[in-house]
Amino acid sequence: MRPFAYQRAADAPSAVAAVAADPRAVFLAGGTNLVDHLKLGVAAPSLVVDVSGLAVDEVEELPDGGLRIGAGTRNSDLAAHPLVRERYPLLSEALLSGASGQLRNVATTGGNLLQRTRCGYFRDTTVPCNKREPGSGCPALTGHNRYHAILGASRECVATHPSDMATALVALDATAVVLGVDGSRRVPVGELHRLPGDDPTRDTVLAHGDLITAVELPAPFGGRSRYRKVRDRASFAFALVSLAAAVRVRDGVIDDLRLVLGGVAHTPWRARHAEDALRGAAPTEGALRAAADAELLDAKALTGNAFKVPLARNALLSVLRDLTDIAPELEEDA
Amino acid sequence: MTEQLTPVEIGRDRARFDGALKAEGAAPYAYDYPVEDPLYLWTVDSTIAKGRVAAIDASAAEATDGVVLVLTHDNAVRVSGDDLEYAVLQDPAVRFRGQVVAAVVATTPEVARAAAESVVVRYDQEPHSVTVRAEDLYRPEKVNAGFPTDTDTGDLDAAMASAAVTVDEGYVTARTHASPVEPHTTVATWTDADGFLVFESSQSAHGFRRVFSDVFEVPAERVRVIAPFVGGGFGSKGMPHAGAVVAMMAARALPGRPVKYAHTRRQMFRLVGYRPRAEQRVRLAADADGTLLGVGVDVVQESSVVKEYAEQSAMPARTMYAAPHRRTSHRLAALDVPVPSWMRAPGEAPGMFALESAMDELAHECGIDPIELRVLNEPAVDPDTGLPHSSRYLVRCLRAGADLFGWYHRDPRVRSRRQGPWLVGHGVAASTYPAYRQPNNTALVRFADGRYQVEIAAADIGTGAWTALNQIAADALGVPVDEVDLAIGDSALPVASVAGGSSGTASWGTAIVTAARQFREKFGSHPAEDDEVRADVPAPTVAEEFATHAHGAQFAEVHVHEDTGEIRVPRLYGVFDAGQVINPRTARSQLVGGMVMGMSMALHEDSVMDPALGHTANPDLADYHIPVNADVCDLRAEWLGIPDHRLNPMGSKGIGEIGITGTAAAIANAAFHATGVRVRELPITLDKFLG
Ligand SMILES: Cc1cc2nc3c(=O)[nH]c(=O)nc-3n(C[C@H](O)[C@H](O)[C@H](O)COP(=O)(O)OP(=O)(O)OC[C@H]3O[C@@H](n4cnc5c(N)ncnc54)[C@H](O)[C@@H]3O)c2cc1C
Ligand code: SF4
Repeated sequence: MRPFAYQRAADAPSAVAAVAADPRAVFLAGGTNLVDHLKLGVAAPSLVVDVSGLAVDEVEELPDGGLRIGAGTRNSDLAAHPLVRERYPLLSEALLSGASGQLRNVATTGGNLLQRTRCGYFRDTTVPCNKREPGSGCPALTGHNRYHAILGASRECVATHPSDMATALVALDATAVVLGVDGSRRVPVGELHRLPGDDPTRDTVLAHGDLITAVELPAPFGGRSRYRKVRDRASFAFALVSLAAAVRVRDGVIDDLRLVLGGVAHTPWRARHAEDALRGAAPTEGALRAAADAELLDAKALTGNAFKVPLARNALLSVLRDLTDIAPELEEDA
Repeated sequence: MTEQLTPVEIGRDRARFDGALKAEGAAPYAYDYPVEDPLYLWTVDSTIAKGRVAAIDASAAEATDGVVLVLTHDNAVRVSGDDLEYAVLQDPAVRFRGQVVAAVVATTPEVARAAAESVVVRYDQEPHSVTVRAEDLYRPEKVNAGFPTDTDTGDLDAAMASAAVTVDEGYVTARTHASPVEPHTTVATWTDADGFLVFESSQSAHGFRRVFSDVFEVPAERVRVIAPFVGGGFGSKGMPHAGAVVAMMAARALPGRPVKYAHTRRQMFRLVGYRPRAEQRVRLAADADGTLLGVGVDVVQESSVVKEYAEQSAMPARTMYAAPHRRTSHRLAALDVPVPSWMRAPGEAPGMFALESAMDELAHECGIDPIELRVLNEPAVDPDTGLPHSSRYLVRCLRAGADLFGWYHRDPRVRSRRQGPWLVGHGVAASTYPAYRQPNNTALVRFADGRYQVEIAAADIGTGAWTALNQIAADALGVPVDEVDLAIGDSALPVASVAGGSSGTASWGTAIVTAARQFREKFGSHPAEDDEVRADVPAPTVAEEFATHAHGAQFAEVHVHEDTGEIRVPRLYGVFDAGQVINPRTARSQLVGGMVMGMSMALHEDSVMDPALGHTANPDLADYHIPVNADVCDLRAEWLGIPDHRLNPMGSKGIGEIGITGTAAAIANAAFHATGVRVRELPITLDKFLG
């Protein structure tokens, strides 16, 4: 038994104050990630501040044509919301590809963004892990690293960020609204997560006590979009590689596009090299291949995940072909 | 020839008689029994794979309110016997990572856990060895189920050298875990009669009683093991494991107090047995038309220093196909790893992946249909023993399956069919499992209150034994099922063999039929109150004259995504020869359950060894994948339904394990047909198709 205090937050500011005041306090939302970690001993808080009762589960239209999603909105409700399905199908697809129906009914928007890595060593308190115990080592470097990073990793940590929703939100240029002790601020979701560098204990740029109160989506990007998730079984598995893609073609050229890879890095991975290569270009097989290769030029495989490099490349190619209506050329003929 | 029952109830589709009880939560599993004033046990497991416990500091645990006992190798009761798996807490040696090195007993599970986590263990660590190296291999004296380690007939090398077509390939099966939904559980009390009362998740009440009696040197009559409902076993509950012994040690030390212990899911990856990883070299030598000249299988498998376990993976190659030159062998490496043990179809499951993959490779090499290759090499007598078959309907299964599946429309060329981005392939493989009946079974039939009480310590591990045995008893007595009161799952009942080796229904059913017939002979059709017969069944002799096996054929349609390598199995059909089927509903669930587990072995299950840490790195059901509903699509199991009169009075063959055999090969063969990529290492994951 690890005793901890439990508090049901009355409102967002008092929740923030309570957590900020205690370095070992945590927020509890749906609990699908945190409660697992309590049971595994990965999290051992002194105080649990329950924010699931805060009335922050509204999805509202914004004057600029965007959407404001309360951080307490359940994944199922968000995926099924008519405005999301109509204007941001990418987000619905991503949400529905994650976890299971039961989990999505409980998991919240804020909790989903801040879920921690699925690295098995992180979840096992009997083994070293730099993210859990700084300086103890990273067994994933030589151990079981099928699910680990090929981009942006460090010697300290090669874990991946697991959220499908976050990958789609980055592609949608979403912004998190964060309440801290000094008031509210806005953090683009694309800048929320950080690479491990030499401090893998920190998953995000948030400070202790920062509460996500909402996520805002700008007006729809237009064009066509697709969330493609590649995993080890047909459902209920984390992504080996996923891709949130949105492409706008005008007059035969790619006017603009967003490409974000999931399952390959410590953050959702904005494929800027590929985007830059294709923006303004005519969508040809050659251009798509060059773009995918440019993105993966710096990819570094570990002992057990070299396949992720061709997998990410092929995922980029096949989704981009679909979204730009070009027929695949068989590799053999190329 | 055994005198056959006239099937009336037998063969009838019956819902499980215990179904409602289970649905209502009223069927007690081991942990559910109401016991008075229970204590709870939590273990402390080693965090090194090899070495010694140098010191244990349990002062914090001992000082915790509610803790009544801390067990270590210093104070645990001494156990007897030379089975090191049960010699837990006997010495400071650590032989694998996750071995129990201490245990805490407390008044609540929460206190027990917290106290156990406060125990500080200091180790003298030694370098461990957890991966098979050629220089560590040795030849076990025999393999599981008592089969010979090696066989050698004719001259396989010469056949390989001179044959027109050969296959010589290595196949790898992954380390896999049976993870039944009910974790292994022991609720043990040392009673005032100086004996043990144990509620246990067990596939064999009497088998467990025998082990407990030996290990604790308590006469068997003073040990009672109760297990009427068991939430799955798959072999992992076929014999006791270390956890049960630890719980009983605690009970022994705390007379009168029931001690409750359920393994955590993570512990089930190290304390209850698993199927070890194996590499098999398969050699086939054939004429140009596919007629086999030689069959060879050499198995290299991991085992543990604690206890030897050799799966009989080369067995199927000894019996499946005719060929004059045959050689098989099994070699082991004893590693610092958890103790491997039985998991559904030990030997046949890995063996049939290798052999049936190689047969597909041969068919491809010879340019003949894989079904025709098998038909061509159908043996007239059992190639292993030279005995005739009691019955063998492999060819009929293949033909019936081919019709059901639409096999003959298949274009044999690889990569010849696609649906959008998916490459489509069809594959076939044979299934087999021995038809066993165990000795040492006794049943009792008593007439009381106008009803028939039938007693035998059989085990229903979710298979439907409660229902099937009732149906057998009804036909044996010539009465409707609802005049029979069955009692099973308790070592106080007449002795019964294990629910294992797919032998349960045949063994227990034969005992019930024997007792019922003697009862009728003695008391006629109008017995008096309390008339009773207890009948022992003579050991079966059929295996002296006949080879006894069940067979089947499995057909898979596999789709492989050409960009990502994702693999799906939209169709999986099986046709089996399982003799007379006792209850089609429970039989179907055994067969399709086996096939799903075979699909799981083919595509998903992979216990990943971390060589540096010396343990399984994915020990929970989030990371260790099995199929989810979305993976299982059009799944069908059918059977021929031809009774084998030589085996037992029901004419039945076991069905618990055959469903998992051959499935992985059918899927691998279909994947090859789809893609032209031959995957010889399970599981078949998408990376294996990405160049
Ligand atoms: C078996 C399983 C499979 C899964 N599969 C997938 C999958 O395929 N794809 C996928 O994307 N996800 C998957 N998930 C993860 C799931 O999506 C997350 O667990 C869930 O979204 C977390 O949301 P929650 O509300 O339950 O978070 P909680 O568990 O309550 O919290 C998670 C973390 O966020 C913090 N937190 C919560 N809300 C806030 C807030 N508003 N502000 C600041 N901090 C906050 C908590 O302190 C905690 O650290 C899976 C989970 C499980 C258990
Ligand atoms: S990859 Fe990161 S989370 Fe995983 S073991 Fe290494 S440091 Fe820990």
